[in-house]
Amino acid sequence: MLEALENLTTTSAASRKPVYMVCVCTILAAFAQVLLKMAAVHPMPAVDVRDLSTLLPFLLALAGNAPLIFGYTLHGANALLLVLALRDGHLSVLYPIYALSYVWVNLLSMWLFHESMNAWKIGGVVLIISGVAVLGKVSTAE
Amino acid sequence: MNTPASSILLVMFASVIGSFGAVFLKMGAAKLKGGLRYLVNPQLAIGVGLFLGSSIPFLMGLKHGELSVLYPMVSLGYICSLFWSRLFFGEPITRGKLGALALIALGIICIGVGGR
Repeated sequence: MLEALENLTTTSAASRKPVYMVCVCTILAAFAQVLLKMAAVHPMPAVDVRDLSTLLPFLLALAGNAPLIFGYTLHGANALLLVLALRDGHLSVLYPIYALSYVWVNLLSMWLFHESMNAWKIGGVVLIISGVAVLGKVSTAE
Repeated sequence: MNTPASSILLVMFASVIGSFGAVFLKMGAAKLKGGLRYLVNPQLAIGVGLFLGSSIPFLMGLKHGELSVLYPMVSLGYICSLFWSRLFFGEPITRGKLGALALIALGIICIGVGGR
């Protein structure tokens, strides 16, 4: 499996692949953030450090908290992909692309938590996307 | 609602820490050129640690104050990363990168204003 991942993520010098990889990262990060927000409202038993018998039900609940586990798994996958992108791409191009996660979080919050959209937010989303597009162009110019 | 200076400083501090985290991730990533078996290395560990650590002052800062003031501070980290990239990895600062950063920073400011 490692080898397949290796082949999939290896790029030549003038490729835009690292840019796309970081774009995927931002989508994973946004979903992870939403999952962790869901996990936060998942009921958990109280844990008392002086009473070890409270630890087991807490750990069981932790293991049963699917959004929490899935959220952290997504964060892990995101970190791995980001590092693989950084291996071949320029930091000054790839790091600001991370701002794209604001776009996804805004759209997801609108859809899942029914947060309202307004002209400022739409303008912000458009500006961030255009900035990332410019970085995508810059990435092949070097 | 007023935004205390301490909140602004905390969020700025978090952004700068995060940009250093990115520098270490990039250093660690270079070791992967030899293959994925070099995934566990000190630079990557420090990078992940700085990223996780930066969320503490970030959340502390966001507790008080307005998002429209605090959100734009995040783009400070992107601006820092431009200079660290030049300093540590010799990546050129080009007009395209500066323009893209200006657009992104402006976009984050707008989202912050729209979020209040």
